[in-house]
Amino acid sequence: MVAAHHLRIHSIESFGTHDGPGIRLVIFAQGCQFRCLYCANPDTWDPHGGREMHIDEIVQLAISQRPFFGKRGGVTISGGEPTLQRVVLLELFQQLHAAGINTALDSNGRLLNDEVKALLAETDYLLLDVKHINDDWHKQLTGVSNESVLQVAAYREQTGKEMWLRYVLVPGWSDQPEYLHQLGRHFAHYKSIKKLEIQPYHRLGVHKWEVLNMPYQLNDVPPPTQTQLNEVATIFRQYFTEVVIN
Amino acid sequence: MDAIISTPAPFATGRWQQHIDVRDFIQQNLTPYTGDASFLEGPTKATQQLWQLCLDALKAERDNGGCLSIDTDTISTITSHAPGYINRDLEKIVGLQTNQLLRRAMKPFGGFRVVDGAVKEKGQQVAQHVREVFEYVKDHNSAVFQAYDPEILAFRSKGVLTGLPDNYARGRIIGDYRRLALYGANALIAAKKADKLAIDGELTEHTIRLREEVSMQIKALEDMKAMGAMYGLDLSRPAQNAQEAVQWVYMAYLAAVKEQDGAAMSLGNASAFLDIYIERDLQAGLITEAEAQELVDHFVMKLRMIRHLRPGAYDDIFGGDPTWVTEAIGGQLADGRTKVTKTAFRFLQTLYNLGASPEPNLTVLWSNQLPEGFKAFCAQVSIDTSSIQYENDDMMRECRGTDDYGIACCVSHQEIGKRIQFFGARTNLVKTLLLALNEGREEKEGTTLLKGIAPLEGEYLDYEAVMANFKKSMDEVARVYTKAMNIIHYMHDKYYYEKAQLALIDTDPGIDIAYGAAGISIIADSLSAVKHAKVKAIRNEAGLTEGFEVTGDYPMFGNDDDRVDQIACEITDYFFAALRSHKTYKNATHTMSLLTITSNVMYGKMTGATPDGRLAGEPFAPGANPMHGRDVNGAIASLNSVAKFDYNSAMDGISNTMSLVPKSLGHNKAAQVENLTDLLDGYFAKKGFHLNVNVLDRDMLMDAYEHPEKYPQLTIRVSGYAVNFSRLSKNHQLEVITRTFHENM
Repeated sequence: MVAAHHLRIHSIESFGTHDGPGIRLVIFAQGCQFRCLYCANPDTWDPHGGREMHIDEIVQLAISQRPFFGKRGGVTISGGEPTLQRVVLLELFQQLHAAGINTALDSNGRLLNDEVKALLAETDYLLLDVKHINDDWHKQLTGVSNESVLQVAAYREQTGKEMWLRYVLVPGWSDQPEYLHQLGRHFAHYKSIKKLEIQPYHRLGVHKWEVLNMPYQLNDVPPPTQTQLNEVATIFRQYFTEVVIN
Repeated sequence: MDAIISTPAPFATGRWQQHIDVRDFIQQNLTPYTGDASFLEGPTKATQQLWQLCLDALKAERDNGGCLSIDTDTISTITSHAPGYINRDLEKIVGLQTNQLLRRAMKPFGGFRVVDGAVKEKGQQVAQHVREVFEYVKDHNSAVFQAYDPEILAFRSKGVLTGLPDNYARGRIIGDYRRLALYGANALIAAKKADKLAIDGELTEHTIRLREEVSMQIKALEDMKAMGAMYGLDLSRPAQNAQEAVQWVYMAYLAAVKEQDGAAMSLGNASAFLDIYIERDLQAGLITEAEAQELVDHFVMKLRMIRHLRPGAYDDIFGGDPTWVTEAIGGQLADGRTKVTKTAFRFLQTLYNLGASPEPNLTVLWSNQLPEGFKAFCAQVSIDTSSIQYENDDMMRECRGTDDYGIACCVSHQEIGKRIQFFGARTNLVKTLLLALNEGREEKEGTTLLKGIAPLEGEYLDYEAVMANFKKSMDEVARVYTKAMNIIHYMHDKYYYEKAQLALIDTDPGIDIAYGAAGISIIADSLSAVKHAKVKAIRNEAGLTEGFEVTGDYPMFGNDDDRVDQIACEITDYFFAALRSHKTYKNATHTMSLLTITSNVMYGKMTGATPDGRLAGEPFAPGANPMHGRDVNGAIASLNSVAKFDYNSAMDGISNTMSLVPKSLGHNKAAQVENLTDLLDGYFAKKGFHLNVNVLDRDMLMDAYEHPEKYPQLTIRVSGYAVNFSRLSKNHQLEVITRTFHENM
């Protein structure tokens, strides 16, 4: 049980440049129900791990950092899966807005309920990770269905607020052209999607699996080559105006 | 002053015509530029050919152990050497320190013994007739040691006071080299003669000395004319066009570096001044943009070839054979206009036309009001070359009250032509903390340096008791440091007076006396550990600390955490106040820096284990940086911690060096430029003072470490200046590689 007004966090990156626009204070929330095979931060899974931080302290950090945000930057909550702590996050985002700081939420879309909807209303940029458009592959990759992910996306589209899609490219797992096209077709008409970010699978988190004594199943999977990345980007560009390789 | 002006009519008139007032000339004639970098030109063929000759000479220098040749026969003066050329037919800007490119000259008045030693290290001998001179003449070094007392000598030999300019030239004085171009030597001589006449009334030691000094300055101006004549230049009159303006400024600077080999010999703030001449010639159709760039390229090429003769031991403190030809670029005028000109861009463009380089030490005076096009170009050049540093123009203008200043040495403010600086290197403040923990005994050999420091009781170190001892120790160190500084600068004025530079500065200028402190982040972390965790001192049989056992977590400097950051600020404020309580030679104004140059490696070697858990011999962090790897919340939190220091307690400068891998700045070049611009805006809005920006891959540095020959021009910023990576010692190279890299993958 987390104390009131506290967020259970994994770590802080004060110079985030890859999780939303501009320079961002990125707070990695602790706890995740996805079990992505390639997860670079499996130490964020355990909802009882990490440490508790009072949201006032986070707001203070953000205010201290505000001059660096310029016209674009702000605060991003990533994870782990931040919506597991949606109630306290709503409170945090409201305070950040009161301080004139924009908010981004990097979510797997695990859940859509009234509390999440309230949080999304206070979220300026939703960075929605779509792990796979095909539900069977999604389950293989993450251990859970993509049903809620697509629901969150549809809801976000309904609200008209900005959303970026993030797609982790894992060779052999999430690079099948037919599914890339399917994903493109699914979202092509979404007006809320301003950008699609391809996130190349990397192996920088493998040592954490070893530390946690968990078998890493993608040992044979190499990171995508530049050519592979470009091919995928070319497909996505048929459907989205801005596609970047992150 | 009588009519001294023979400058052509087109310049806007002003006070500068009746008085020596370069600032006014700039104010009246400047053409601010608010556009982008698209107008810039690449190198001309002549530039490429000349630079190739320089690259060849640099290779020969590297192959010859870092020193191409020494003139062991001649004491260097303004007029001592016959003209030297790279290639006379190609050079738009002429002049070398000696008759041969990269040949080093002896400037022995700082300390003949040091010069003699440096020459011997290279397997050569100082000529007998030069040696004989110093059988009759006293130098600065001998004079200082005649006046030192046992206390100073002990502090010095135990490494509490380090790098003092007591056996080499103090440097740090910036002549207003622009004056020679604007007025010509004759008008400057006339003005100095008038000044000398005005020094009358009851003669005191001060005024007697001043009359002598001004006479020496007049002699230096006459010598500059003679040096110019050797190159076929008439320096007696003002420069009349862009090429002459650049040439005259360089000649004035050359006079300074032929006479003096101070650790830092800054150029000042020349780009805006030179732009006035360049812009006028461009408008008149006398030169093209390519020719304008060529002038700047050739000038900068010359500045890159400046050399001083240094002994090997010097390299421990100032690694990489630096000369600190620091040129301040950009900033805003007091009236709100920008001081950015097209020539500010042209200076940065040299890093593309000639490739990256540590010298001249290009320093961008950053204001949040700078034109966006200039900000973006600076960020781009940083990302591409890692060769520039940034300082807070808004803060310096406000606190120091002038918009015409340069950067002396690495990071420290100096009003051009109005004030000078007495350089004082720095105290190893961590040693001072260890004196406080060891009853005033030096931690390695146990020599008692301070009396009256009480032993610390109890199993764990007590914060209040440690602080009380530390403050007492700082008081004592400040007292001894002041004595040393007063002796050094008294003797330097007497035996190695900078007559060429002072000839280009107002008579009887204001003086800052620049103290320094190294190791502030170790002190902050150590005191934080004592306060917030439990620290047990492990003592040897002599009772000296040889290690520390830390139990529990404690906040570390570099994470934007006031619990420790405020300790760093408190100690800085306290030590500066302690320094200020002492009277200084010539009533100089106290300033202090948090700066280490590359000596953070040497300081580490010389310093025992500390209560933050740092082991004996481990390097300090450079400047005011957090310790390696302890700033765990990313780059902005780290910057925020350093930005908390009060500039009023460290007006000589607070150095911060940041290394980033390119990707951490953003996923593509455009994003990287935007984010670096926001980062600089943010840091300086937070009242950060200085930032070195390295945008490098660790892999590339490792490769450069293994194969230095592959990276002859690789430049990195180190604590307030830039160095050529291949010229750093292996130790320094490793230290750079292990330094905190901010990579948020």
